[in-house]
Amino acid sequence: MIALEHYLLVGGMLFAIGVAGIFLNRKNVIIILMSIELMLLAVNINFVAFSMYLDDIRGQVFAFMILTVAAAEAAIGLAILVAFFRKRGDISVETANTMKN
Amino acid sequence: MGFAQFAFTVFAVATVIWGLGVIFARNPVHSVLCLIMAFISTAGLFVLIGAEYLAFLLVVVYVGAVAVLFLFVVMMLDVDFAELRAGYAKYLPIGIVVAVALIVEIGFIVLSWGGSAEDGIARAASDGGPNNAEQLGMVLYTEYVHFFQIAGLVLLVAMIGAILLTFRERRGIKTQDVGAQVGRKREEGVEVVSVPTGKGI
Repeated sequence: MIALEHYLLVGGMLFAIGVAGIFLNRKNVIIILMSIELMLLAVNINFVAFSMYLDDIRGQVFAFMILTVAAAEAAIGLAILVAFFRKRGDISVETANTMKN
Repeated sequence: MGFAQFAFTVFAVATVIWGLGVIFARNPVHSVLCLIMAFISTAGLFVLIGAEYLAFLLVVVYVGAVAVLFLFVVMMLDVDFAELRAGYAKYLPIGIVVAVALIVEIGFIVLSWGGSAEDGIARAASDGGPNNAEQLGMVLYTEYVHFFQIAGLVLLVAMIGAILLTFRERRGIKTQDVGAQVGRKREEGVEVVSVPTGKGI
């Protein structure tokens, strides 16, 4: 039998990897978006593990909603990225200060 | 160690390793491929505890749509990714510190919780009742039907937003002008000529 803690630890490690990815690749928006996807995936793992542990299907409904929002977020993020690239010719986050002041 | 435990170990280790691949790969295309493998491993983890529907949703939506979208964008943008990796070594220590701190904190919370290690995660599908997809459908279409519809609206708004953000009006190309086409009068298009016999126009 697989214990709940094992799933929670996998989710926690995946979440930490996502956070570290944002710190490491802070210039590359694409990797940052992928790190956010990893973090959402970690949250989903926690939801599903708890749903199965408590034998309550509602946790999976929440995971379903997170999946929907993550897909929408990825679509919008990548669309903004493409529009930004067209305007600027690069995707560097550090020089993105058009809306400063 | 039973088969479930063995399979869990394999999928868990694979998920973490592919996740590390996402953030450490030098080529962003490799990052996306690692992300796809992380999603598939997670789907394996979901199947293992009986959440089959979400596992297949993960494969279909994430691997089939989101990851392929990432792949398209990475391959379409003409960016010097080596330049974007500058300062990577500078941020490596703080990144590792933050990640390790986070793992330790989460580990403390999980391990100090206690009292659950004996009874593992129940497999809902094993008792002969409705399977996972049926159970999910029973609450999703009744109790959570408004959430379900709002989820559809979110996707619709995201779709419209993505199209609007990337829509580009190109000038100087020949396109069909439906308004002009429909608004044309008969007088502009048709000319009645009375042709004299034997002379032509």
